[in-house]
Order: sequence, then C-alpha cells, then structure tokens
Amino acid sequence: MDFFYIFFQVIKMLVIFLLMVTMVPLLVWVERRGSAFIQNRLGPNRVGPLGLLQLLADAVKFFFKEEFVPKNGYKTIFYLAPIVALIPGAIAFGAIPLGIPLDIGAFNAFGQTWGPYNLGFQSFELGIGVVFVLAVASLGGYSLLLAGWGSGNKYSMMGALRACAQMISYELALGLSLVGILLIYGTFSFNDIVNMQEGPLNFSIGQKDIVIGFLPNWGIFFQPLGAILFFVATFAETNRAPFDLPEAEAELVAGFHTEYGGLKMLLFFIGEYGHMMVASALMTTLFFGSYHIPFVTPDGLLSFLNSFMGAGFAKWIQFLIFHISFMLKVIFFLWVFVWVRWTVPRFRYDQLMDLGWKKMLPWALFNTVVTAVAMLLLA
Amino acid sequence: MSQMLWIGILTLIVITFGALMLGVASLLGPKVKSLVKSEPYECGIPVPDEDKSMSKTIPVQFYLTAILFILFDIEIIFMFPWALIYKDGIEAGQGPYLLISMGIFIALFVVGLVWEISSKALDWEK
Repeated sequence: MDFFYIFFQVIKMLVIFLLMVTMVPLLVWVERRGSAFIQNRLGPNRVGPLGLLQLLADAVKFFFKEEFVPKNGYKTIFYLAPIVALIPGAIAFGAIPLGIPLDIGAFNAFGQTWGPYNLGFQSFELGIGVVFVLAVASLGGYSLLLAGWGSGNKYSMMGALRACAQMISYELALGLSLVGILLIYGTFSFNDIVNMQEGPLNFSIGQKDIVIGFLPNWGIFFQPLGAILFFVATFAETNRAPFDLPEAEAELVAGFHTEYGGLKMLLFFIGEYGHMMVASALMTTLFFGSYHIPFVTPDGLLSFLNSFMGAGFAKWIQFLIFHISFMLKVIFFLWVFVWVRWTVPRFRYDQLMDLGWKKMLPWALFNTVVTAVAMLLLA
Repeated sequence: MSQMLWIGILTLIVITFGALMLGVASLLGPKVKSLVKSEPYECGIPVPDEDKSMSKTIPVQFYLTAILFILFDIEIIFMFPWALIYKDGIEAGQGPYLLISMGIFIALFVVGLVWEISSKALDWEK
C-alpha cells in the first residue's frame, strides 16, 4: 500500500461508480424508446439527436423541484430512503470484474520508482465475491421499507410491504439457483470463475477429457436450468415487470414511491437500474463467460495487436476491447429486462408468491441435487 | 481487511453523492408551503392525523413470509460452503460422504417445505 496504489484505487472506484450512474440516463432512454417501438409509437425524440438528451433535461428539471415531506411522514427516514437505495447497487457492482486486469509498469515520480501495479477492473477483489454480492444486493429491501414507513401513506406502506415480501421470497430461489454453478466452479471468487470460462467447452467424464471446439467454455452449457431460474429470480429482486406488484399502478398508485418526486425519485431510479446492472453483470459473469470473447484468448489478441502497434498502446486497446465485450453482454441482458417488461403482463400477488415458493424453490433444489449427483457419477 | 476499508470508502462516496444531490436540490428548488400540498396522496378523502403509516394494520401473512424466509435462508446458506468444497472433495475421494451428508440435510429441507405448503402457510388470499 503506497501513495499511487491508493490513488489508482480511488480513481478506479470513482470510475466504476460513475459508470453505473451515467448508464442510468441511457437506460431510461432505452426503456422509453424501446417501449415506444414495441407499442408502435415514437417515444421521446425531440431533445438532442434521437432524444438522447431527454433524461439530461429531466435531471436538470429535477434539481429545480421543491423538496417537501408529507404531513404524516417522518422527515429523517423520508430523506434517508433514497440515499440508502443507492448503496446496494453501487457496492455490489464494485465487486464484479468489468474487464481484463491492467498492468501498469514501474515508473518514476517524485524522485522515486513506483510500481509495477496490476489493477483488476473492479473496486475490490474479494475471495467471497458471489456471496458478498448476494448479501449486499439483498440490502435493497431496507430502502423500500424505509421509504414506505417514512412516507406516512397507506399506499406507500402497502407497496413497501409487498416489495419486501416479494424480494425475500425470491431471494431463496436466487440463492439456491446459484448453488449448482458454484458446485461446478468450486470457488466464490469472481476472478477465478472468469478465468475458468476461457477457451473452448471442455469437461472430463471419468478419465476422458472432452473438448467441444465450436462452443465457448461458458457456465450456461453446464447449468441451463440454473441460469433460467437465476434470471427469473433477478426480475423479482429488481421489482421489474412482470413482478412489479409493488408498483401496481391500478391498485397502489405507485407503491413505495407514491410520495416521492423530483430528485429523490431519480435516486430511486438510479438504485433500481443499479440493481438491474448488477443482475445483468452477474448473469454475464457466472453464465456467459464474463469479458471473454469466443475463439479469442487475451494473449492471442495481445500478440495480434502487438504486430501492428506499440506494446504500450496495444495493452490499452486489449483492455478496452475486453471491457466492451463485457459491456455488450451486460447491455444485451439489460435490453431483455426492458423487452420483457413491455411484453409480459403482470402477475396477481398470490400467483407471484406461488411461483416463488412452490415452483422455483423446488426446481432450484432439484437442479442442485441433479448437479451434485451428476458430478459424482461422472467424476 | 484492506478490502473492507475500500468497501467502507465506497459506501461513504455513495452516501456523499446522494446527500449532495439532495442538498443541491433542496437549495435550488422553490419553498412554498401549503397545507394541501403536504397532505398524503389520497383521492380527496381527509386523512386523520393519527393514521401514520397504517402501522397498526399490517396483514399477518407478511410476518409469516418473513419468518419462513429466515428459516429457509439459513438452510440455504449452509449449502454454500458445501458447494465450495464439493469439487475438491470428489477429487480427494470423499464424494459419496459429502453427497450423503448433504442429502440428509436436503431431505430435511424438503420435508419442511412440503409441510409448509400442505399447512397452507404459503397460501395467499386470491
């Protein structure tokens, strides 16, 4: 731990956090334009090219809105809830590697030699990454309950209760659907999981090693059922349609954020989209090879880039290409979130609870048992 | 330990960001107080003052869900360390032992789940 290590670490954390925050306007734009295309409308297209600056204009407007607390509300809790809503998404996103580690060679500054540094593209590298992200992401329930309680409105409280009950119900299926993939990887560390998904699909049955050249070595081919269960459970965790019962406009006005407006509402939005990004990033990291590109190895790409540019420059281009590969996969899953929201109708509350407890939980358990037995028999 | 430090610093950054945004917004926005504006959202029905957060009338089903969640979540957490060592355990020749010991645990889990479902603790009003 020296001065430049701390400096790079803080820069990295700020970049990753701002990356998350600046994705939100883009996502809202995708959501509004995407829903417009699905419903055969145009959507916001006036502010800036293709309406891209719409949310920037909205954000400026939010700053000039009046902040007030409803009569029956609790002031501290009411203001605390949107800030708490930011925390789980931001911290969970920081634990996921967003690209290939970057080597910074030794350099001279202040009359001294510093480095070399090997910086992973994540805010903190944890050995218990998967468990940490699950634990932190489930803190989201607190902000909902605080918002519902602090508003002093029965619709808010009803929405918050429903949201929280739904989140904790699907957390069981969410956690259990990951046990299968963790059995196969045998580690909680994201970096180890990412490294295991490099190259073509390979596994061993008995003493025989089998390599399937035309498929990448991604988790989805080992755990298709686990991936589907996980992705469905994340829809409920993020309170997105078709599981958006907490916000059921027809019955509950707007759920836990009925009394919220202006910038506080925007903070809730950042929290919700942050959750979606964490869910997509987890899906990418665990089941779709993280930043790895099929048929391309990091070393192969680096030596290819080295053949026509300087070594220092090639390293940065390689870093950028793998980051873009990761982000493209994440953006695909984010698009699925939007796509499903405008395609599938909302559940009734008892149907939602039945799906979580009586269908997804047993299926996730079944998946775990089958994986464990298959691993033992084929070993 | 040092990773915990970074998590703490990131939390502080996020809280500062949120508080800063709210602070700027409350400085810039207008401040016109009125009695009607601070009423809770409702379709024109006057809300009594003591009706704070409907705290006395939470349906009991939510408590049941919360209690069952804690029970099952703790059971699921026990499967994570098992998942961590299972692969190495098979290579060390302890596979059947690990599978059977977890099998007993999962059987208890299934019995609990079946009992909860058959006792209608998980049924919501249609």
